Amino acid sequence: MLRAPTRRTPGRQRAGLLRRLVRDRVLLLFAVPGIALILGFQYLPLLGNVIAFEDFQPFLGIRDSAWSGLANFAVLVNGDPAFLRALTNTLVLTLLQAVFVFPAPILLALLLNSLFSERIKRIAQSILYLPHFMSWVIVVALFQQMLGGSGLLNNVLRAHNLATLDIIGNSDLFRVLLTSQVIWKDTGWATILFLAALSTIDSQLYEAASVDGAGRWRQLWHVTLPGLRGVIILLFILRLGDSLTVGFEQIILQQQAVGRDVSEVLDTYVYNNGVVAGQWGVAAAVGLVKGLVGVALVLAANKVAHIFGEEGVYSR
Amino acid sequence: MSRRRDAPSWPMRAFKGLVLLVFCALVVLPFVGVVSTSVAPDRQINEAGGLVLLPDSVHLDAYRSLFAGGVVTRALGISVFVTVVGTFASLTVSALLAYALSRPHFSARRPLLLVVLFSMLFSPGMIPLYLVVKQVGLLDSVWALIVPTMVSGFNVIVLRSFFAGLPGEIIESARIDGAGELRIFGSIVLPLSRAVLSVIGLFYAVGYWNAFFNAMLYLNDSTAWPLQLVLRTYVVNDTQLGSADLGTEQLPPQAAIQMAILVVSIVPILLVYPFLQRHFTKGVLTGAVKG
Repeated sequence: MLRAPTRRTPGRQRAGLLRRLVRDRVLLLFAVPGIALILGFQYLPLLGNVIAFEDFQPFLGIRDSAWSGLANFAVLVNGDPAFLRALTNTLVLTLLQAVFVFPAPILLALLLNSLFSERIKRIAQSILYLPHFMSWVIVVALFQQMLGGSGLLNNVLRAHNLATLDIIGNSDLFRVLLTSQVIWKDTGWATILFLAALSTIDSQLYEAASVDGAGRWRQLWHVTLPGLRGVIILLFILRLGDSLTVGFEQIILQQQAVGRDVSEVLDTYVYNNGVVAGQWGVAAAVGLVKGLVGVALVLAANKVAHIFGEEGVYSR
Repeated sequence: MSRRRDAPSWPMRAFKGLVLLVFCALVVLPFVGVVSTSVAPDRQINEAGGLVLLPDSVHLDAYRSLFAGGVVTRALGISVFVTVVGTFASLTVSALLAYALSRPHFSARRPLLLVVLFSMLFSPGMIPLYLVVKQVGLLDSVWALIVPTMVSGFNVIVLRSFFAGLPGEIIESARIDGAGELRIFGSIVLPLSRAVLSVIGLFYAVGYWNAFFNAMLYLNDSTAWPLQLVLRTYVVNDTQLGSADLGTEQLPPQAAIQMAILVVSIVPILLVYPFLQRHFTKGVLTGAVKG
């Protein structure tokens, strides 16, 4: 690597942009591969969304496919049963997750935080974080082995001459199954942020509350929970932005067994209609609207957070 | 612990311990069952009708047939290739970008930083991304499992905030001594950042190892399948593995083979987990606080 032995003067703002870029050529070279990949696989696909306005035919390509205006968006408003089914299932699952999945790590973090033995806490954390690093294929396989027709639970029941439970592949219980899989996989891991927030709460606040006669439950209510409020709101906003996204890999793995009536969500709708069935334009249209609604939800939720005096995802 | 609180009552402590024990058991039990079944003798698996929790004796036949050179051996090779090459590429590209973005006087810093930050706000739709991957000719290539996911904006930001926190005097004095950016990066910044690089590297590695849907989307040819797709086909969907698939004549019970595939896909994660765990709280938090 060659470098001129001249010393640089600090008068950078006077140098022209071009000259500064030439000066920074090595750093630019450092940045190029990463930026190129981000532009190519994150930003460039945004342009690909034009096929939402086309009658896209793969053999014709994006440029030569015929324009179809907003025709692809018709399924969103004309009461198409397949789309409505996907939308309903998505919203039901999101609601279930908001009620059962979201609070779980908060409760677990409170439990871990209230332990007196640091060692037990660390051991429990090591065990409970582990499922987060398992792929969905592994998680689904493990659930089958535990709860399936010939799984551990039913084998134990059979051995004691009890009635077996039909859990895996039962469409009535599919939503419960999905929710419990998410809880099993990610509750432990999700405690990290809450535990970090708990560790920043000033211990003097507890002492002051204790002096004022507050018992453990009052301390929880008046010191601990207010200390967690910022994180809870932040994570809730992020989750809200994802409300139209519910466990795509998880569902696609188990869809065959229970049928689409209970399992089709917006993401699987896009996959099944686009990649599998070849209705590229319609699938892209649904995907595009879903993405836009997601961004709008985050921005709106953030606005609400600002109104309530919280920082939210970004502050202004 | 500096936190002083009224000591909880005995029943309360016992209750908490019990709850925690149940949770931990729910996590550990499936793993124990899977490992046990993969080594259990045929007779015991048939008697249990499936999962065995404690094998009478240990047999490695299932593993022998998996590594005899059939479907699973090949898939394992592909997964290892994707994980090793992908992690190395991800780490190199991300660290270089993060370093450039961390230099305060880099003239293109602000616009490039915005490009990275904005990329975290949205995810490209499945269909448009598929079209891009197809357009650049990655379809049905093992590189489709590496290139599209090579850079994560989040990881770049975490690395950047770490690099930016390194003492500026060291870097400045190296520059005065005549070291170029590459030299500074290679012999000062990287050695000082081993911990954060290993965390980010492990996160990338786990991501590559666990990826399953991109393989399903981009690879039609089953001979290029990574382990996760083999796992889906032969374990989740319960497709029978014949001797032709395994490249061996004698077949252990199907359940043992299935559980052995599962173990093979879990073990690498378990091996890196202790390293991961030592650092990840730190890694996650730098990203969350400064990101």
